[in-house]
Order: sequence, then C-alpha cells, then structure tokens
Amino acid sequence: MITFPILSLMTFLPLAGVALILLMRGGEAAVARNAKWAALITTTIIFALSVFMMVNFDPKEAGFQFVEKIEWFGENGIAYHMGVDGISFFFVVLSAFLTPICILASWVSIEKRVKEYMIAFLLLETFMIGTFCALDAILFYVFFEAVLIPMFIIIGVWGGARRVYSSFKFFLYTLLGSVLMLVAVLTMWTMGGTTDMPTLMQTAFQPSVQIWLWLAFFASFAVKMPMWPVHTWLPDAHVEAPTAGSVILAGVLLKMGGYGFLRFSIPMLPDATEFFIPMVFGLSIIAIIYTSLIALVQQDMKKMIAYSSVAHMGFVTLGIFSMTSQGIDGAIFQMISHGIVSAALFLCVGVVYDRLHTRDINRYGGLAKNMPIYATIFMILMLGSVGLPGTSGFVGEFLVLLGTFQVSPVFATFAATGVVLGAAYMLLLYRKVIFGPQDNAEAAELEDLNNREYFYFVPLVLLVLWLGVAPGYILDRISPATEKLITDYKARLSAPLPVPGETAQPEKSK
Amino acid sequence: MNEWSWSAAQAVTPEIFLAASGLLLLVLGAFRGNSSLGFITAAVTAAFAMTIGLVVKADWTVTSVFGGMLVVDEFSAWLKITILGGLIASLVLSYDWLKENSVIRFEFPLLMLFSGVGMMFMTSVTNLMSLYVSLELSSLCLYVLAAIRRDSVQSGEAGIKYFILGALSSGLLLFGISLVYGYTGSVDYDTIGRTLLAHQGDVPVGAVLGLVFILAGIAFKVSAVPFHMWTPDVYQGAPTPVTAFFAIVPKVAALAMMIRLLAQPFQPLTEDWSQIVAFMCVASMLWGAFAGLAQENIKRLLAYSSIGNMGYALIGVLAGIPEGHAAVIIYITIYMIMTAGTFALLMALKRNGQAIENISDLAGLSKSSPFIAYSMAALMFSMSGIPPLAGFFSKLFIFQAAVETGHFTIAVVGVLASVVASYYYLRIIKVMFFDEAEAPVDKDTSWSRRYVALASIAFILLFCFFPMSLLSQAQTAAGSLFR
Repeated sequence: MITFPILSLMTFLPLAGVALILLMRGGEAAVARNAKWAALITTTIIFALSVFMMVNFDPKEAGFQFVEKIEWFGENGIAYHMGVDGISFFFVVLSAFLTPICILASWVSIEKRVKEYMIAFLLLETFMIGTFCALDAILFYVFFEAVLIPMFIIIGVWGGARRVYSSFKFFLYTLLGSVLMLVAVLTMWTMGGTTDMPTLMQTAFQPSVQIWLWLAFFASFAVKMPMWPVHTWLPDAHVEAPTAGSVILAGVLLKMGGYGFLRFSIPMLPDATEFFIPMVFGLSIIAIIYTSLIALVQQDMKKMIAYSSVAHMGFVTLGIFSMTSQGIDGAIFQMISHGIVSAALFLCVGVVYDRLHTRDINRYGGLAKNMPIYATIFMILMLGSVGLPGTSGFVGEFLVLLGTFQVSPVFATFAATGVVLGAAYMLLLYRKVIFGPQDNAEAAELEDLNNREYFYFVPLVLLVLWLGVAPGYILDRISPATEKLITDYKARLSAPLPVPGETAQPEKSK
Repeated sequence: MNEWSWSAAQAVTPEIFLAASGLLLLVLGAFRGNSSLGFITAAVTAAFAMTIGLVVKADWTVTSVFGGMLVVDEFSAWLKITILGGLIASLVLSYDWLKENSVIRFEFPLLMLFSGVGMMFMTSVTNLMSLYVSLELSSLCLYVLAAIRRDSVQSGEAGIKYFILGALSSGLLLFGISLVYGYTGSVDYDTIGRTLLAHQGDVPVGAVLGLVFILAGIAFKVSAVPFHMWTPDVYQGAPTPVTAFFAIVPKVAALAMMIRLLAQPFQPLTEDWSQIVAFMCVASMLWGAFAGLAQENIKRLLAYSSIGNMGYALIGVLAGIPEGHAAVIIYITIYMIMTAGTFALLMALKRNGQAIENISDLAGLSKSSPFIAYSMAALMFSMSGIPPLAGFFSKLFIFQAAVETGHFTIAVVGVLASVVASYYYLRIIKVMFFDEAEAPVDKDTSWSRRYVALASIAFILLFCFFPMSLLSQAQTAAGSLFR
C-alpha cells in the first residue's frame, strides 16, 4: 500500500505548477516557453503518479482505497475526505493522462497569453481530479463547480469567433443545474446529518423526498452529461473552444455527469432512481437517435463530433440505468473509451485546423494522399468511435446493449439503430475528409504529422486498440465496485421504508 | 433605571474612547484647518485600530448596562470588530482619493468616525430609544458624507436624496416605536419581549403594526426591496470612496440591529415578521439580480449587487436559528471584505485622469493592467458564489440555514437568482478578458488601494483552507444572542 496521501498530492500538485509559473520573470517569449515546460513537467509527474497508483490499486477491493480524511469544518461538519474505488479510479487516471496531451497539443497553436493558458489548464486538472476523488458531498461540489472558472476562461479567451456567447452559455447552463444540486446536497446534509458520501449511501431518505432530491441532482448531471434536451450548450462550447479545451471537455468534463449518477443518484436515492428509470431510458434513446441524425448533416467537423458525443453519452445513461452489472460496467467503460476516442478525434480536427484554419468538411478532401499517417490514425480512431470490434468503443457499446437487452429488448433495439447511424456519420466524415479527389489545392498541400503530434497520437491509438482487445484490465477493476453498487441498490430498494421522522442517522449536532 | 456605575462605563470603553478622540480631533481640526487632513486621517485610523484592541480586550461577561439600554456580548463584539475593520479600509481608501481630487476637508475622517460610533452602538442596543438615537447618529454623518463634494451636482443630489428618504425612514421607524410603546408599555427589549410572550395568541394588532413600521425603517438602511430605491442613485452620485464606505459598513450595523431586534424582543412574533422578512428577502434577491442585468455603470451595478446580497443575508435572519445568525454574520463579513476589494480596484482605475465608471471602459484590462484584472476577476467569481472562493462558502451557510429550517422555496429562489446575478459579474470578467483592449488605463500609484485589494484577494482565496477560524467564532457570537 501507498503510505503517503497520493490523491491529495495528485490533486494539488498542479497548484505548485501554477505557483511556479506565477513566479517566472523575464521577457514574454521566455516566460511562455518556460510556462509550457513547467506545465508539461507538472502534468507528466501527475500522470506518473497515477500510473504508480494504478500499480498499487487493489482490484479485488470493492470499497474505497487510498482514503484520506481530515477535519475541515469542525467535528460534525464537512470533512476533507478523499478516496477512489473502481468507479472513480479510471476517471482520475484519464484526467491525469489527457492533461499533458492537452498541453502538448497547445504547444504551438496557442500564441497569445501562453502563461495564463497553462495556468488555466493546471487549475482545471486540480479541479477535475478533485471531483473524482472527493468523498464528501460539499467537497465534491466545490471541485465540480470550480471547473467552471478555468473552462469559462479557456473558451472565452482562446476560443473562436462566437466564444463569448458559447462561454456564457456553457457557464450559465452548468451553473443553473449545479445550484439545484447544491440545495439537494444541503437537504441531505440536514436530513442525514452528514455530508460524508459513504455514510449518505447508507442513509435512507423517504421516497417522497428522494423524488425531489433526485430531480435536483438530475438537473446538474443531465446538463453536464449532457442529455437531450439540455445538450445544446455542448456543440457551441466544443466548436468555439480551442482544441485542447474540446479535448478536456469531451474527455473528462462530460464524464462528471455519468460519474455523478453513479455516485449520488443511484446509491443514495434508490427508490427515486427506480421511479425515474423509464424517463431516463426515453431521454437516452432520443439522444442516441436524434443527435445522431443531427450529426449526419453537420458541415463543421467539431460540431459533428460534439453531437456524436451526445449520442455516445446516451449509451452511457442507458447502461447506467439498466441497473445490470453488464450495463454499468459497459457504461463506465464506454465513458473511458469515449474519453480517449473523442479526445483523440478532437485532436485530429485540431491537427488539420492548425494547418488550414477551417473546420468546414467541404474544404478538405483526399488527405490520404498527402497525409497518410494522419489518415491511418484518424481511421483507427474513427472506427473506435463507430464501435468496431477490436477497438475500445466496441466493448462499451456491446456491454451496454447487452445490459439493456436484459431489461428492455425494445430500448436495446432502438439503441442499436444508433450504432448504425453512428457508423453512417463517422464514415461520411472520414470519406469526405480523407478520401475523394483532392479538389482543394490548399488541402492537398498539407503536411503530415510532425514529431510532436506523432508523440501524443501514438499512445492514444495504442490505448484504443489495447482496450479493444484486452478490456479485462479495466473491467476487472471496475466490476467489484459495480457489483457492490447493484447489490446495495437492490438491497436498499426492497428494504422496508423507514417511518417518517425515524431516519437511520442521528440528528446533526453542531 | 440603574444609576451610573463604573462597570457599565467599562463595558462601553471602546465607544467612549472613540467618541472622545473624535471630539479632540475635531477641536484640533477646527483650529488647524483643512491642512491637517493628513494628520487627522492618520489619527482617526489609529483610533479605529486602538478601538479594535479595546473591543477585543473588553469584558464580554457584562451583559446589560445602563439599565438595559445596551448589551455587550460576543455578537456585538464580532460586529464591532467587523465595522471597525470596514471603517479602516474605507478611510485608507478615501485618503488618496481625497488628495487626488482635491477634496481637502478635515471633517471627512471625523464624520466617518462619528458614524462609526453610532454604528458600534447599533450593534449593542437593547432599547428602542437607544436604537433610534444610535441610528440617527450614524445616519446624519452619512448624509453629510454623501454630499461632501459640494461643487458636484451629482454628489449634492445624492446627499439630498439620501437625506430625504432617510428622514422618511426615520419617521416610519419612530412611528413604529411609538406604536410598540403604546401597546406594550415599554421601549425596553426585555419588557417588550415578556409582554408579547404573555399575550401570545392575542397580541394587539397595534404592536404588530408597530413592528411592521420598525422593519420598514430598518429595511431602508439595509436597502432591502421594496425600500431600496435610494441605493442606485446614491451609490452612483456619491464620491466613490463614500460609496465604498456606504457599501462596506452601514449595512453591517443595520443588519446587526435587525437581527437583535427580531431575535430578542420580537421573537414571540416570529410568525408575523417572518412573512415580511421572507418577502423582502425574495424580492431583494430577484430585483438585485434582474435589475442589475441592465446596468452599464459599475457603481450602479454594485448597488444592485448589494441589494441582492442583502436579500441573501436576510435568509439567515429569516431562519431564526443560531446557525442562521452565524451564517448572516459570516455572510456580511465576507461580503464586506469582497466589496472593499472591489472598490479598491475600482478607485484605482483611471484613464487620462478621469475615473472609469462604465463597464465597457474596462475592455482589455487584462492586457493593460493584469493585476487589477485578475483581482477583479477573482472577486467577481467570488461574488457570484463559485467555489472554492470565499463567496461560495458564505452562500453555502446561508442556504444551509434555510434548508435546515424548511425554507426550501426561498433556497431555490435564492440559488436561481444567484445564477441570474452571475451573468453580470461574468460580464465584467468578459469585458476585461475577452474584449479587445482600449487605450491603457493610467498607472495607479496608490499603495493603500493595492494593499486593501491584496488583503481582500488573499482572504477570498485562502478562506477555504481555514474556514474554522471564522466559523467557530461566528457560532459563539450567534449563540450569545440566545442566552
């Protein structure tokens, strides 16, 4: 076992990087160069720590590991409580993995205010890792909400033409959902007498209260996820964000919604979850089919991938709320896979955007001739997004469909049409950009990947393939936690409901 | 009435000391003239600092003095320290401004001092008469301060407006006091409380009506909707350091007075006043959020922001439990610190010698003066309640108190209003960071502004690491109200 507080170290190490960058003096170019290196080194150390943690992670343990607990707001109040289990663990690793890639991807494309950009990304990493490690509801909220600050700045300062509109939309949409969650957390605090998440998972709330609490959490997580019909901020944010912003948005931030469902809605509010399953299924199916159809007609590459994200997240919610072990395992796997694949696809768009400064699909064509390596990498990632067997995308979608089929064959059938539509728009995108005649002189002269780009695409592609053929490494570590989640859920669901006023926990004493 | 006693005098040593030094300096100023502004400012600042020391050292076990006119407890001690801290910040900020704008009047720091004495008494009063007197002592100084720049039409207008509406509110307050006196037979908090408790169930309508008038009068002072209409005009018209002072300090005192009034003598009428407070708090939050959206002038915007913030503070008053009152005093303390920082930055902004007052003039500030822009951004995020900044925690405790007492609707309205309000805070950040730069602003030479801003930023950034330092004190303070 690790004896030092590795989760806190990973969470707060980026702040040390921030301090380092703030202390830099000298000319603008020198500071920019040093800031880039400082950010890269800090994030790489954090990734190394996450690998170290992966080695030390006990795959058999269903509960929380690497737990840290320090008093924060007095004895019975909010505590600084951190820990990971199979559900959250890989999201931490994913965040630590994607951030250095983001720094690399922004190495030359960010020209103005480099120092501030690096600071924003380091702050973002702190908040992302913190969100997935927090085991106290208020602490979780603090990290979850704090993500908005750097992301707002990233979209607004380094974004595209409509960045102001997009950044405001992103901020206000997410904030609106989150504040309702805050009221729910406060209610649970009052009723359960604690904000400790493991304790709250054992606390019984009255079903009538659960309904409201569930809706409040849903307001937050559904926006973050994003689920239809509150997804409209996502295409805007993706299109206007700089490449690395899109990568983090698709790779990590969207996962916070699914993670929230698994951490709060299902274990803490089982009766309400059972009640709302049909609604979630309905919304998920609409998301899968409707946004896939929208993706088909997009002319903007980023927008197309953004809509595909909404569709893929539809699979995730479907899997989570199937309440079967395959479904939930699949949903978590799908989130991790999507985190890698969609992040890599946005990087692919970034590569050509850096060269031609347009995302219009029609401005490209026949890139296979002048960019063969790029075409190959793009193909593997595209197939990963489609869910071809042998890529990571397949495992997640298949498990989700398997889990859903056990509960409702009808919904599984509808969801399966989404897979077909997904193949349609991704292949369409690939054909238009990579194949076909080289009609555009500018596009025909683009150069293939350089070493830096090569450097960050190779691990992504290898991961997509490795997870596709050997998903066991991840699934073995997820399944004890999901088994426990489902067993607890079923047990608490059938348990006799507590008499009003006789909740299991003692009154909060201050 | 008890006769004068030495221990009673000891309990109000801080106030006596402050008033005496004020009188002394007034005489000095009268002889030496306006050229002594610098010395008097320094002396008044020192007097404030020494008074803080006296408050900290004072014996809080003496509960009630001067025959129940005043009480000295942890609650009043906390608020006196807060008020004195706010006074120091406002005075330090004012001095450079006064010099730069050649408003050399030695009365300025002294008026602040005397209103400070009034406000310190406001936190301690336990008698409707002493309440009225201390409120007027502080208010009269404020009217003069609003109009201190006699050659400016706007400043004069602000002074007149504030005076007329303030006089109206005093009238309402006095009318309310007389009604309460008529129906309960006393102006003493204890006696009123006991009388009302004895008649619980059939409290005379006149007493309730009196309470309504008193509340209306106090609502003027805290600028809660629907008694807020003076705020935007006075904020905009008054000289900026005076606006800063108005935004930072007097509301703390007025809220303290309101809390004690509602928690002690009118506690038996909780059902009645909570309807009024609930309305004022919802209306203030919503009006502060929606009306702020249309503002172009930063000072006006901050006026609406303060109206909204008072709405949030009133949630804690409404909750009526010790946690609620603790939340209120934390809320106003944090709000005060954020406001001090914001005004320090605002006063530092000038272009070609002209003060910047419109939001659009901030364009591109992040390039031309990054320190101001980043500090302002942190303050604005904190004001909109985004964690991990201090502003989030102040709202957290307030909403916690609301949820704990079952005020779910108000909590939901509150959080939704905070989303609306976050739009205008974000707009300031947007203009500073996303918009293209205008001509650079003048370099700010004032160190006092820089230090006040730095202290405020350090506080909002670091609060999340040491929350208990404030929290446990606030709980003790709020607990002392219910002894």
